[in-house]
Parts: sequence; structure tokens; C-alpha cells
Amino acid sequence: MKDSKVNVKNLSFFYGSNQALKDINMVILEKQVTAFIGPSGCGKSTFLRTLNRMNDLIDNIRVEGEVLIDDVNIYDKNIDVVNLRKKVGMIFQKSNPFAKSIYDNIAYGPRINGVNNKKKLDEIVETSLKQAAIWEEAKDRLHMSALSLSGGQQQRICIARTLAVNPEIILMDEPASALDPLSTAKIEELIHELKKIYTIIIVTHNMQQAARTSDFTAFFYLGELVEMDKTKTIFTNPGKKQTEDYISGRFG
Amino acid sequence: MQVKNKIPVLSRVVKDGVVKSLTGLTALVIIFIIVAILVITIAGGWKSLSWEFLTQFPKDGMTRGGIFPAIVGTALMTLIMTIAAVPFGVITAIYLSEYASERSIFAKTIRFAVKTLAVVPSIIFGLFGLGFFIKFVGMNIDNVFYDGTLRWGQPNLLWASLTMALLTLPVVIVAVEESIRTIPRDMREASLALGATKWQTIKKVVLPGSLTGILTGTILAISRGAGEVAPILFTGAAYYLAELPGSLNEQFMSLGYHIYIMSTQSTNVDETLPIQFATTLVLLLLTFSLSLIAVILRYRIRKKAIQSS
Repeated sequence: MKDSKVNVKNLSFFYGSNQALKDINMVILEKQVTAFIGPSGCGKSTFLRTLNRMNDLIDNIRVEGEVLIDDVNIYDKNIDVVNLRKKVGMIFQKSNPFAKSIYDNIAYGPRINGVNNKKKLDEIVETSLKQAAIWEEAKDRLHMSALSLSGGQQQRICIARTLAVNPEIILMDEPASALDPLSTAKIEELIHELKKIYTIIIVTHNMQQAARTSDFTAFFYLGELVEMDKTKTIFTNPGKKQTEDYISGRFG
Repeated sequence: MQVKNKIPVLSRVVKDGVVKSLTGLTALVIIFIIVAILVITIAGGWKSLSWEFLTQFPKDGMTRGGIFPAIVGTALMTLIMTIAAVPFGVITAIYLSEYASERSIFAKTIRFAVKTLAVVPSIIFGLFGLGFFIKFVGMNIDNVFYDGTLRWGQPNLLWASLTMALLTLPVVIVAVEESIRTIPRDMREASLALGATKWQTIKKVVLPGSLTGILTGTILAISRGAGEVAPILFTGAAYYLAELPGSLNEQFMSLGYHIYIMSTQSTNVDETLPIQFATTLVLLLLTFSLSLIAVILRYRIRKKAIQSS
């Protein structure tokens, strides 16, 4: 049995007076892939963003309840959001490399943390790119713009950039939704590799992707967590009718 | 299936043609005006333009000699104005786009003030500069530090430059804020998600990305400020000076004001005419080349941003 990494207790989330998440309780296990599925607007992305407090950037929001990561409530007053985000990295739906060289993209995180030693940076860049399975494609063009790469390559650069900060948890917000099938396959393969070291939480619209990549699946509907179980169970023998209707394509 | 149209084909063609030629004609008028200004100025001033004209002081009641002090004065004033307006404008733009909440009353007030500042007639800035910088700030400095001796409580280079900075401030703020806003939210989120602080994100992602805008704002401000006369009329521009300004609290000559002086205050307007044309030509060349530099710089930065880091 794996240890629990994230423990969400009675989490509710409000945009102004509009409640986007309703009393969510969830345990996420270490070094497992957990997928969030559900129709658009069901709150899965909002929930993902509560885990690294990315929602803090929005005006007029309110959070109730607790999110414990390694038994520490990240909504506690004396939590440093900057440190939290180093520990909980994030990959976005649209690949968003900086308009800098590949090297500078990967070195961005280490540099803001005060790593300036050239040798050390070289090492981090190489390891991160290798971990993200893009080293072979990138090694001869490290000083070219990251924007010169293809969409799929850019997304792997973004993954490498996140790995360079040494996170423990990686949040992925529909990381392959803008990519072609081949690039998607590469990202999924990568997720499989990464889970040996990292706890991965992925939001996806793609049922097959959730089934292929994840160990656990959580189904969200209208801001509520309807059901969460082993992915196999969710896809073969869901406990709730709503879940069954959604994964069999009857709505959503 | 044929679409039935009640208007006969001929009428439609004619209407289209009329609209096309009317709009084209309007565009042509604009080109004509620019060409006319250039041709008249070059024809009138080309012959008087020489190395001596650019490097000598005016002579014989401005009917001969050069415009050297006016060039230097304009350059100095623009330089000080830029040093004052650009950092101030960039910082305000950063505050408005990065820190202030869209709905905060404070931010709305700033935006309203910037918009209002942009439409205030330039002569009002001149009067404000006179009242605020000279009569209030300057005279108080004199009273406190120089026992009332007139040092700063009179028109000078510093007050004129600061007045001009106020005039160009909205230009800088708007240009910089616009370019900061073109940086996608994605980029900021990427940086923050890596554990960067807000300031690190601004320093490393937002400002480098809006370099073009800062540069454009600066050059727009310079080309606007270089030609303006009204704000410096009461605050520091001199009719004629035998020497270049030696310190910030001395008056200076300026190209725009020099043209105004020669064409209205000169004892012999007709004789100064070639010099007026030549001075206008210099001012035009100055502002045009500034715009050209802006265009080239923007092009280069864009190309660089696309190609590599």
C-alpha cells in the first residue's frame, strides 16, 4: 500500500458568490497517477489549481476546508506559496515555453532559486531534458528558441522545465489536448516513466487517456466529486450511475 | 441557385466604384499633405542647411548664422525629459497591469487620470509648470536654501524638461501597458508555477517581453516632446542665448520655439525665411529619424524574439 501524499478535507471553492467546488474529500497516493475526469465546467481544473494555489491569482475567490500535502495544510496562514509551487509543479493545457532558448527555459527555475554555477546548471538542464525524453531532440539546439520546436516537443520542454525545480507532485491540466496522436502517445509514455519518481495528477477530457495512464480516477460533476476509485474499477464497474453514463458517452 | 437581387447590376458596380474612389481619394489627400510639407520644407531650407548652420550660433538678429544652441537645447531637454518620464511611466504601467486589481477604485482613478492627462491642451501644461515647478517648488527651494536669492524660482532647463515629462507621461504609460498586456497569461502562470515570486516574474518574463513597448513609448515620447513648444514657453525656453546652458537652472533654446520666434518676433521676417525653413527641416529630420529608429528597433526585437533567446 502506498502512502497518501495529498489529503483533501471538506474543500469548497467560490468564485465570488458562485460555488465551483462543493465539499470535496479525497486522498491521493504517492507515486501514483490520478486522473480527474468530468464534463467541461465540472470543477476539475479548478480543483487541480487549488493544489498549488494557482487560483490565488484570481480576484475575489474564497476557499473553505483543508488541503494537506505531506500532512501540512497548504491553506495555512504561514504557508509560503512560492515554496509550495516548487514542490507542486504544473503543466498547462497549452504548452507555454518562455520566448527564451531551450537552455534558459529549463534553467529558469534553478536560476530563480539562486543556482548560477554554469556546470551545475548544465547538469540540471541535461538531466531534466533526459527525464522528459526530449534530450536527443534538443541537445544540439540548446541555445535556439524553445518556440522553434513543435507543439509536442514544446510540451515536453515544459515538463523538463518543471522537473528542473525538483517537484514532488506534478499537476497536468489536459497536457495533451492540443497535441496530435503521436505527440500524445509520447506524453503518455512519459507520464508512465515519471510516476516512478513523482506523484502525478492529470486532468483530461479523453476517457481513453485516463484509462491508459492512470492508477486512480476521480469523476467530477457540477463541482462535486461523484466517485473516485481504482481506474480499472471506474471504467469496468463504476459505483454510480452518473459515472457510468459519462464514461459510456451518454452525456458530457 | 441564383440569388435574386433587386438592385440592377450596373447600379451596384457604379456604387462600388464611387465608394472605392472616394475612400482612395481621401487616402490620397493625406499622402499629398505629407509630400507637400516635405517638398516645401526641403525646397525652402535645403540651401541653408550646412555644417556651419548646425554648429554655429545665430548671428545678425537671426538672419544669419546657425541654430546650434537650439539643437543642443532640444537635445538636453529631451534627454532630461526621458530620464524623468520613462521610469515613472514604466513603473506606473507595471502597477496598473500587474498589481492593481481591475476593479479597484484606485486603479480606475489612475486610468482616468492618465486619459485626462493625455487630452489636456499642451499650453495648460505650460501654465501648470509655471505655477507648480517655478512658483511653488522653485521658489520654496530658493527661500529655504538660498535665503530667497533667485536660483530655481525662474524658468530653466529642469522645470521645462519636467513639464514636458508630464505631457509625455500618458504616451509612455499607454504604450508600455499595452505591450505588457500582450504578454500571455500563460507566461506569467508558467513562471509562477515554477516557484517564481511576482517580482521575479515581472523582471524575467514581463519586462523582457515588453521591451519593444517600452522602447516604442520612449521614442514616441521623445518625438512628441522634441517638437512641442507650449509647455516650455513659460518654463524655460529662451528667445536668444549667447551661451549654452551650463547647469539645470539655466534657460535654453529649443528648435520649435526658435521657429516660432523667427516667424513672429523677428525684426525682419522675410530675411529669416530661409533659416526658418532650414530649422523646420532639421526638426522634421530629427522626428522622422527617431520614428525610423523606433521602427527598426521594433523589427529587430521581434525578429530576435522569434528566432532565439
